Amino acid sequence: MDFSYTQEQQMLKESVQKFVQKNYAFDARKQIIASEEGYSKENWELFAELGWLTVPFKEEDGGFGGSAVDLTVMMDEFGKSNLVEPFTPTVILSGGLISTLAGNDQKSGLLGPLMEGKLQLACAYAEADSRFNLSSVSTTATVEGDQVNIEGGKINVLNASNADKLLVVARESGGRTDREGISIFLVDSDSEGLLIQPYTNVDGKKAAQVGFASVSIPLTARLGKAGQALSALETVVDRATVAVSAEAVGALEVLLQKTVEYSKTRKQFGSPIGTFQALQHRMADMFIECQLARSIVIMAAMKLDGSDSDVEKSKAVSAAKSRVGKAIEKVGQEAIQIHGGIGMTEELDVGHLFKRVTAIDIQFGNSDYHTAKFASL
Amino acid sequence: MNADFTSEELAFQKEVRTFLDSEFPLEFRTKIDANRRLSKEEIICWQKILYKKGWAAPTWPVEFGGTGWSQIQRHIFATEMGLIGAPEPVPFGMKMVAPIIMEYGTNEQQKRFLPDILESNAWWCQGYSEPNSGSDLASLKTTAVREGDEYIVNGAKTWNTYGQYADWIFCLVRTDNTVKKQEGISFLLIEMSSPGITLRPIVLLDGHPEVNEVFFDDVRVPANNLIGEENKGWTYAKLLLTHERSNISGVPRGKRRLGTLKRIAADTDDGFGGSMLENSSFKKKVAEVEIELRALEYSELRTLAALSVGKAPGPESSILKIVGTELSQEIDELFVELAAYSCLPFVPEQFEDGFQGVPLGPGNSAYAALNYFNNRKASIYGGSNEIQRNIICKHVLGL
Repeated sequence: MDFSYTQEQQMLKESVQKFVQKNYAFDARKQIIASEEGYSKENWELFAELGWLTVPFKEEDGGFGGSAVDLTVMMDEFGKSNLVEPFTPTVILSGGLISTLAGNDQKSGLLGPLMEGKLQLACAYAEADSRFNLSSVSTTATVEGDQVNIEGGKINVLNASNADKLLVVARESGGRTDREGISIFLVDSDSEGLLIQPYTNVDGKKAAQVGFASVSIPLTARLGKAGQALSALETVVDRATVAVSAEAVGALEVLLQKTVEYSKTRKQFGSPIGTFQALQHRMADMFIECQLARSIVIMAAMKLDGSDSDVEKSKAVSAAKSRVGKAIEKVGQEAIQIHGGIGMTEELDVGHLFKRVTAIDIQFGNSDYHTAKFASL
Repeated sequence: MNADFTSEELAFQKEVRTFLDSEFPLEFRTKIDANRRLSKEEIICWQKILYKKGWAAPTWPVEFGGTGWSQIQRHIFATEMGLIGAPEPVPFGMKMVAPIIMEYGTNEQQKRFLPDILESNAWWCQGYSEPNSGSDLASLKTTAVREGDEYIVNGAKTWNTYGQYADWIFCLVRTDNTVKKQEGISFLLIEMSSPGITLRPIVLLDGHPEVNEVFFDDVRVPANNLIGEENKGWTYAKLLLTHERSNISGVPRGKRRLGTLKRIAADTDDGFGGSMLENSSFKKKVAEVEIELRALEYSELRTLAALSVGKAPGPESSILKIVGTELSQEIDELFVELAAYSCLPFVPEQFEDGFQGVPLGPGNSAYAALNYFNNRKASIYGGSNEIQRNIICKHVLGL
């Protein structure tokens, strides 16, 4: 039993910390969000140089061969700095699907550029009626000779407006929620009939509604076998779920730390508000929430890296996301409450972290969804 | 990073399982499954079985007859015991007074008291709380006045768990009234058979006299029963607060109880023809508790791993205490919810030895409310959960 970081993990952590210290001050982040892309291309190039974009990929694909635990080490630090660069949509989701589903000929043209920082991707899975059910897919893909015709729409596709290519989850056969019949297609972002309506999410991340009006792509753009993509999608989303949970844990710890610091300096009735027991015990509870959230994310990452059954792995992921969701609500809301009025403003990073963790709570399924999923597995 | 046991640890786990399978008496197991208390004699019998095996004191150093086990081995042992419901040794002697005697007692005191604790020849109880000193323990008023080779003790202690069984009580007593309250306290060992000691049983909400009030009326205690120096008792008592408290979180017991809960739920009609196990709102609550149990389990493992590499036990034990007790209380509530009307009959005697009638059922449903009421104590004793939060604020958050 060993819960300490390996030397490599320690280096990875320090590498992110160093970058953040130098490049990710509050104002710098604000400028990045205000830019058209909503992320910094310079930073992205630096990520490639530092090797971060290779972390989750297998060694045979030219990656670092990182484990789920390695990924959480990075995401934890990303969360602390509230980083907006599209690591999750490009590297974890899209990269993960390509790595799992694509044939060698498809992989070589995609993973290399991705890891070099030259390719931006987006993964379009959620739909207006799907909520968190990955098998609920109404967008259709109809094979016509050597072409595929895609029709439908996706919501809140992260990084879609910056993506060179979109990975689109579409149904080739079966009813709306059938597990069979779901495929994933690679769609160029300049394809005819593709309508991308970009906006910024509450947490400052770029996302878009994506419409497919008879988008025609070559059949060779399908990743993997026809109609068999769901289990790969679930595996990749499970991994991404643990990753964003780790990101939330980092953010929550900063929220706690900032709240405690603030309570020591803010004086009311002649005393620092941190001397009031009514607030002290709530901060103790925030600390407990942070610790439990960290523990359960470590548990889930270890399970993903271990030899448990797929069901056990999914259960572990749902347990983690469910529990982290609760911690998000508690720690996030209390951080704002204890800061008082100043916590309500855009001027303080606390509110921005609160918005980010709130988005994470929803991403890949909220607490209720994952509690129910845990119970059903 | 991994949560795996080494092959030696796995072999040890197997050894513990084999031992418990064959040596934990079947009649005790049956009794515990039926939510009936083991008698004093039965508890001592089980502790003597552990002693015979050399496993009576997992937390003691070898020189005093302990096992010399690693942190992980202690964890494995406590886990296996908890999973089958085998009771941990009564903590008052083994875990509470013994470490203080080892650390601050004289050689003579160590020889006099420790072997009897190890062999379960002496039953100890705790004399800390007083009727007017609960969370503010240092305000205690029981006095000990030195007269020649004796202390004369006067006052009252309360919440003495199983004081009715005890041969000895370890007490915090006031030996100086003129200094700061923490600085006038001494640590005194008193024989329960001393003239001037009387016990008043206190019946708790479950109908059982689990605790007592103990009165001291001019009780004469030999001065060589004082541990360490006079007026240093508070410092000694604090050792307990940071002392390793293995299995404080109660995770294995929680797992065992959740298993029982789910088995019963599967056989319990929800009133509409479905089972309670599949009742959506009940199912969700069970899942939430299971998830919390995992978070707690890994928090405990993280603490354990830190202890294993020599880090001092910190305020993490406060987290484990708070979350562990609150979670155990949530499980109590689930049993109450599951039993519905069937938890309402108040027949505590049917869980006592010698009960001749037919127990009210189904199953142990009549126990659910009793246990719910009884276990409200968990967030009050051992430093209430509010005191634990104070510890976190002071020692972790710097507030």
